[in-house]
Amino acid sequence: MSTAHVLLGLLAGGPRHGYDLKRAHDERLPQAKPLAFGQVYATLGRLERDGFVEQSGQDQESGPERTSYVLTEAGRTRLDEWLTEVEPPAPHVTSALFSRVVVALLAADADRARAYLTAQRAAHMTRLRELTSIKTASGATVGDVIAADYAIGHLDADLRWLHTTLARVADLQKEVAA
Amino acid sequence: MTLLTGTAITKSYGTTPALRGIDLTVGEGEIVAVTGPSGCGKSTLLHCLAGILRADAGEIRYRDQDIGLWSEAARSRLRRTEFGVLFQFGQLVPELTAAENVALPLLLAGSGRREARAAALVWLDRFGVADLADKRPGAMSGGEQQRCAVARALVTEPRVVFADEPTGALDQLNGEQVLGAMVQAVREQGTSVVLVTHEAPIAAYADREIVLRDGAVDPTGLGVAP
Ligand SMILES: Nc1ncnc2c1ncn2[C@@H]1O[C@H](COP(=O)(O)OP(=O)(O)O)[C@@H](O)[C@H]1O
Ligand SMILES: [Mg+2]
Repeated sequence: MSTAHVLLGLLAGGPRHGYDLKRAHDERLPQAKPLAFGQVYATLGRLERDGFVEQSGQDQESGPERTSYVLTEAGRTRLDEWLTEVEPPAPHVTSALFSRVVVALLAADADRARAYLTAQRAAHMTRLRELTSIKTASGATVGDVIAADYAIGHLDADLRWLHTTLARVADLQKEVAA
Repeated sequence: MTLLTGTAITKSYGTTPALRGIDLTVGEGEIVAVTGPSGCGKSTLLHCLAGILRADAGEIRYRDQDIGLWSEAARSRLRRTEFGVLFQFGQLVPELTAAENVALPLLLAGSGRREARAAALVWLDRFGVADLADKRPGAMSGGEQQRCAVARALVTEPRVVFADEPTGALDQLNGEQVLGAMVQAVREQGTSVVLVTHEAPIAAYADREIVLRDGAVDPTGLGVAP
């Protein structure tokens, strides 16, 4: 995952404490899983070990949350490289949804797979409505809208897949049973 | 409170059954999406509910009156005063300007010219197209025309809006802006909406959805034959 690069990016503007980094992460990436403090310090530790960040100071009261970090030259180069790369587009098709359909056919039958697809669709629609209320709420920030749109687009893709797969469950069952 | 109730609605075109006994309710201020694959009967249902088409059988009650029994003239009056209708392609009157199009339902309902134009301008402004007030539809983009069409559907402050794929002809961002503004307006004035769409992200603007398959309500919600 790119948590390390997000931290490098947050440090691009100047030194920050670990606590500050956690807050900025959660603010800039709304709807993401909030970063745990432990993860921030562990990631900073690795970045320091690899020479991408270094400690730049400490407040009077000592402790890890009072230590501030700054980007090194190597860190700046690494960040720039990362921004030049793209994410590999779906290198492996690993979907929990797909696995569940196959396992339902292996362990039970087509009805079980259909029941699963039906329940998953309902759950997806509920989440789609939640995300739509988040992005249309009066206080929504641009970040909220963009974060919600990302998830909405992916849920929509899943929903299309759920529909086409439902129509193909009987054929898939034949293939799995063969 | 329930505003609109359809019970066992059936409708055929010649020998082609389009609706095979549909039940649904729409609450006051509620937005209900009607979804399902192409040809499943969404538009037919919307036209029956809005009183544009007469169902073959079943009952449609609006505020506890069986409007299926009403005369064509009475239903047409209802559509002018308490219902708003919105289609995929705005269907603005090409000879009229944006402001004249939006003012039209008010004039038909008996408002004065000046008053109707003022209200039209307010609604055009709400949908971000006030500067197009004196343009004709031919000189506007699809998104701009659809914004005017939404303004026209809402200008009478109807109690129910029937919208058939209202964003179907727009690109995603435009569709979302039009729908977002429409939903905000109907939420403010407590208008109910029947929103026909085959797109899940559009249906997600509704409080609830009804999925059709082959002219019947599909309890699985998947709209696909197993
Ligand atoms: N005017 C018409 N004449 C004959 N058949 C029609 C007419 N309108 C719709 N149908 C048929 O009725 C069914 C439902 O159509 P429709 O309500 O338009 O579905 P949807 O809006 O879900 O695509 C389809 O089989 C369609 O071919
Ligand atoms: Mg249709």
